[in-house]
Amino acid sequence: MSAARLFLLQRASAAVLAVAVLVHLATILLAVRGGLTAGEILGRTAGNLAWLAFYLLFVVAAAIHAPIGLRAILREWAGWRGRSCDVAMALFAALLLLLGLRAAWAVYAA
Amino acid sequence: MSDTLSVSVHRGTSGARFDRFEVPRLPAQTVLDVVTWIQREADPTLAYRFACRVGMCGSCAMTVNGRPRWTCRTRVETAARDGRLTLEPLRNLPVVKDLVVDMAPFFAKWVKAEGVFTPRADLGADFAVVPPASPARAAADAAVECIGCGVCYSACDVVAWQPGYLGPAALNRSWTLVNDVRDGGQVARLAAVASDAGCHACHSHGSCTQHCPKALSPTASIAGLKRAVLRAALRGEA
Repeated sequence: MSAARLFLLQRASAAVLAVAVLVHLATILLAVRGGLTAGEILGRTAGNLAWLAFYLLFVVAAAIHAPIGLRAILREWAGWRGRSCDVAMALFAALLLLLGLRAAWAVYAA
Repeated sequence: MSDTLSVSVHRGTSGARFDRFEVPRLPAQTVLDVVTWIQREADPTLAYRFACRVGMCGSCAMTVNGRPRWTCRTRVETAARDGRLTLEPLRNLPVVKDLVVDMAPFFAKWVKAEGVFTPRADLGADFAVVPPASPARAAADAAVECIGCGVCYSACDVVAWQPGYLGPAALNRSWTLVNDVRDGGQVARLAAVASDAGCHACHSHGSCTQHCPKALSPTASIAGLKRAVLRAALRGEA
């Protein structure tokens, strides 16, 4: 993938994350302040398609955003360039996606 | 004002040896005057580079008390308030000797960034009319006065970290050509500046803009390139 596409994807995913992280943090703070237990929270998210859709979007954006940024850091500070770095970052993206999707599904199907 | 100035000058190529000279202070003395005095009166083996002495050619750029500057346009009283000067060659370029660097890698990057005018095939024989007030011409005007002295390149930390990075001057030159309606080499140019060594490597520290003796803003030019590349990527062209 060209550097221009990677830049575009990172900026677009950053725009999604800016909103998603705020919603995520606000929800956690509100839920905890309200004194809800983990069980009660999961009871509310289970079967809720809106939360599932939100977290799927969040996970996909994070899986795109983090490896592109990490790639830039590794190139600049560790001097790791070329195909081996790109393959490692693709695998890192797949790992984030897998772990994230598993977590999002757990919240929905609890 | 004390009578003499204590000047520490980089010698050789290693970065390890500095020679100290006591140079007579004169009113309105420039740092280039100081270097010339040392070479003529104290040590004729000192190597340095200059040509015009009046801020037109850009060849006398050096690191003065840690900052890259034109020595001909730097008064001693502004650079050395405590009466001490440390003179080193420009950073980020191979040192030839003493205060002279090899500018070849710097200009090679201008070529790599497609910083060369490529006339459009359909220009015709007549003069191309470029309205001075058009947005593209105004954008080119803001960046076009670069004389290639290498001060920004020396000031740039990203060049130091990532030696392949094209650097502020080459990217600034590309930006002027991106805004040249007569130019037909835009696809190759955007591909060159959109590479990993191109505009996206810039951290927007603004050190180039801070130090540019012509008061240009390569930072703004690089931001412009990022926008141009983004538009091309959205059109599927980059």
